[in-house]
Amino acid sequence: MAAKTLTIDGKQISADECATILEAAADAGITIPTLCHLEGVYDVGACRLCLVEVTGISKLLPACTTKVAEGMEIRTDTERLIRYRRMTLELLLAERNHVCAVCVANGHCELQTLAFNQGVDHVRYEYCFPKWEVDNSHALFGMDHNRCLLCTRCVRVCWHIEGAGTKNVSGRGAKARIISDLNQPWGTSDTCTKCGKCVMACPTGALFYKGSTNSEMERDRDKLEFIVTAREKKQWIA
Amino acid sequence: MDRLRVSTVWLGGCAGCHMSFLDLDEVLIELAARIELVYSPLIDVKEYPENVDLCLVEGAVCNEDNLDMIHKIRARTKVLVSFGDCAVTANVPAIRNQLGLKNGESVLQRAYVEGAQAMGGLPQEPGIVPALLDRVMPVHEVVYVDYFVPGCPPPADHIQAVMNQVLSGAEPRLQGAQLKFG
Repeated sequence: MAAKTLTIDGKQISADECATILEAAADAGITIPTLCHLEGVYDVGACRLCLVEVTGISKLLPACTTKVAEGMEIRTDTERLIRYRRMTLELLLAERNHVCAVCVANGHCELQTLAFNQGVDHVRYEYCFPKWEVDNSHALFGMDHNRCLLCTRCVRVCWHIEGAGTKNVSGRGAKARIISDLNQPWGTSDTCTKCGKCVMACPTGALFYKGSTNSEMERDRDKLEFIVTAREKKQWIA
Repeated sequence: MDRLRVSTVWLGGCAGCHMSFLDLDEVLIELAARIELVYSPLIDVKEYPENVDLCLVEGAVCNEDNLDMIHKIRARTKVLVSFGDCAVTANVPAIRNQLGLKNGESVLQRAYVEGAQAMGGLPQEPGIVPALLDRVMPVHEVVYVDYFVPGCPPPADHIQAVMNQVLSGAEPRLQGAQLKFG
């Protein structure tokens, strides 16, 4: 495989031609904030947190879905990007009901962690306070739409790691929501194998093990990566 | 040097942020030498005074009394700090906003009529019991807020950090995990 040379934040690096900007940056020790990205699952560029500037291209590009190219000059830390990241996080916090104090994922939430790491001390936008349901019909897991960001990690692990195809997205815009099968209570799904990969993948408190209460919802994301590595590379690395 | 005139107020919240303030423990004694507490639920002063240097506001703006109070506080205070998640995000008090308009009526109905085991009836005492607002708001949605101290409650060491920054004349600046909601 051919290598490409490029610069990220002024640092000259070489990366595999198949690599995304996100992978190339990670190899070079440069951290780009991400939310919908999950190791072991393909990327969709849903959350827009990993947007970067590329010289010569006027629009911002998601690092997770953009492949590296020869001579690319990439910036991940400009004032504009920092401003947009914070704005994106604030909009995510304003869109649904993220009440950290009473959330199962408090203290283990990627949205919460990203928010404080990006300096979000308050949300400048008016909170929407939408009315969303909690689906507690499943025997083992619950889904709280109030906490959902529509990152679609659960959909991707369900289809592409488990192969069950239970989780889907229905609707558009702010009314889009994660559904089970034909938009029915999760507990009545014929396809769900109860594997729990969606729960492991969820970045917030939207998917949880039943019985977990405030701040108790910790996840084992390494398991997902382990399964994918085992399947694709035949390497059983724990 | 004149002591800093500090107030703390308790709007729609659980008083947990004030409890956390009291968790400053022995630091409170050092603080007492440097600040003058001019208004607070912790002391017996009835009217919010003029010329307050710094005010820590706990709680969301939930009712008409909170609304009048926060305007009065803003007009009489140099530096206003949203203190804790209810002030910063509206937090738990704002969960009723999900019920839409007229939720002020429906939550009272639920609590005082449907849930009543005896003497059911909506509390009505004009001039004493303030009416609920239709929408619970974080403080910065109503008045300008200078600084934010998130947390439910903000741990005592974050409060101490902010107080020290203010007392040393520096701009209060929390960062990283100090800004964690919840």
